[in-house]
Amino acid sequence: MPGSSAAGPGGRAAPVAGIVRVRVPEPGLRQDLRAVKIVLHRELLRFWRDKLRMVSGLVQPVLWLLVMGTGLSNLMATGGAGGGVDLRTFIFPGVCAMSVMFTAMFSAGSIVWDREFGFLREMLVAPVSRSSIVIGKCIGGALVATMQGAVIVALAGLAGVPYDPVLLAQLMGMMFLGAFALTGFGVMMAARITQMQSFFALMQMAMLPMMFLSGALYPLNGLPTWLSILTKLNPLTYAVDPMRRAVFSRLDLSPELQRTFSSGVTWNGWLVPVWLELVLVAGIGAGLLGVAILQFRHTD
Amino acid sequence: MPDGEPAVEVDGLSKRFGDVEAVRGIEFSVRPGEVFGFLGPNGAGKSTTINMLCTLLRPSGGRALVAGHDVVRERDAVRRNIGLVFQDTTLDGYLSGEQNLRFHAELYGVPRQAVGERMRQVLEMVGLWDRRGDLVQNYSGGMKRRLEIARGLLHSPRVLFLDEPTVGLDPQTRASIWDYIRQLKDAEEITIFMTTHYMDEAEFCERIAIMDSGTIVALDTPESLKAGIGEDRVRIQTSDDDAAIAALEERFGLAAVVSEGAVTFSVAAGEAFVPRLFAELGVPIRSVNVSRPSLDDVFMSFTGTTIRDAEAGAGDRNRLTMRAMRR
Repeated sequence: MPGSSAAGPGGRAAPVAGIVRVRVPEPGLRQDLRAVKIVLHRELLRFWRDKLRMVSGLVQPVLWLLVMGTGLSNLMATGGAGGGVDLRTFIFPGVCAMSVMFTAMFSAGSIVWDREFGFLREMLVAPVSRSSIVIGKCIGGALVATMQGAVIVALAGLAGVPYDPVLLAQLMGMMFLGAFALTGFGVMMAARITQMQSFFALMQMAMLPMMFLSGALYPLNGLPTWLSILTKLNPLTYAVDPMRRAVFSRLDLSPELQRTFSSGVTWNGWLVPVWLELVLVAGIGAGLLGVAILQFRHTD
Repeated sequence: MPDGEPAVEVDGLSKRFGDVEAVRGIEFSVRPGEVFGFLGPNGAGKSTTINMLCTLLRPSGGRALVAGHDVVRERDAVRRNIGLVFQDTTLDGYLSGEQNLRFHAELYGVPRQAVGERMRQVLEMVGLWDRRGDLVQNYSGGMKRRLEIARGLLHSPRVLFLDEPTVGLDPQTRASIWDYIRQLKDAEEITIFMTTHYMDEAEFCERIAIMDSGTIVALDTPESLKAGIGEDRVRIQTSDDDAAIAALEERFGLAAVVSEGAVTFSVAAGEAFVPRLFAELGVPIRSVNVSRPSLDDVFMSFTGTTIRDAEAGAGDRNRLTMRAMRR
């Protein structure tokens, strides 16, 4: 066994001589920030190492954007309803949101994985507040998801979306916000679930309806009342809409087409401003994070 | 923790899970610098006790101080002063050994300028310095356990808790883990609190508490525990076994039987008895063997069962299978 020579009987005195005793400091904000940082850092390290996950996370959005988008735009062209708007351009913000959503959930799911493989215990017995661990996990998950989303954003040209630096920055920022809220949701669910299979079954159950009711894949304008109400109750709607409005504001379109495809969300006829939508998403994210923290305080 | 104050002090500690009373009001204290062992079959309440001492479980009753801090009211203070090595691995297999340690150092707030040197020290101690860059998922079972011991020491804890540190390892690796534990004790002025269900390992502890069904049935040094049983086992080979048995009965009042080809009997202070035996037995003796009672005998005398029999009832076979699958 290489390296064990130092630990043999002959080398026994060596570690005694140069012993470095460290002192663990009192808890405090600095300690908690360090904990947030290292938990976050681990998320990035693991994401970076898991290339397969990176690639597999891209398959679904790319399929939607290039295959479904192209296929269905054919339909729209013959129907004539699209008039000048490429379906790919339309669903682009939705696809960005979807890719972020899946990655964020996967990151949150790693808590369940950590529990199954014992690593969660290593974190929970550390002398740091549970909130710093949960916050680190959420920010880490959101960053990873945003990085994954950045690859989709890089495909903007294929969807007829201009490479405007401001637009790209806006999209990235919004994706981060949405990813943060979604990771919060995932972590909250993961707090009580002990098996990966159950977690993913549950996530599948929550994510598909959320996606279908978010306006990621169709315009919110002129929906039947029941569907319209459901979309307005869906938090994801408020994450997708600002992204679509950002993309459409860069397109040279007639006001009519703008209204058809990017009508925004209305509450009783009042157009909800983008800032309020973003505040809503951030608020929901913070709320979910709070619940997640409370749940982790109560687990042993 | 001033000198002389116990490293661990437990008073009336109990834990109940629903109707099951896993730990029933136990009481003991561990001196600083001691290697203290909890011996008992699976399901005796050892892990429950260790989890309460590590602040992972809230006691149902009683009080426990670790490194001078209350495990309920001063949870963080306890956590800063203890190191933990669990039965099941708690490493991240997707990170390297070094990254696992760095994660721990950051989480425990080890001062940045000390991290590098301290990390090298603990890794060298367990002989993993050369393998620090490898992913932990490529480590063997013994290497993982050694890495966990190194990690448990990284923040210079006062008390190191080892929950079955050698379970599931091959004998050679077990021996090397024990080498590290002994070396550690010399090097780090640390109190070691461990649980085990291996009798031979309990021998290495300075004091052991025998736990059975949630209570401590005996607590002392292994020597005193064995001495408490009183009698040594003597095996002699003679030219005439029947005559020897009769003579033992007649002259010494000892009941002997033939077991595995030797006349076997129990007697107090067996070594001192041997000269008398030779002088007075009157039957030629070809060989003699005196053995001290083992911890197995001690366990048997306190619990009325051997540890292996006690375990056969507990459902640890499932757990061992799980562990094997995980690897």
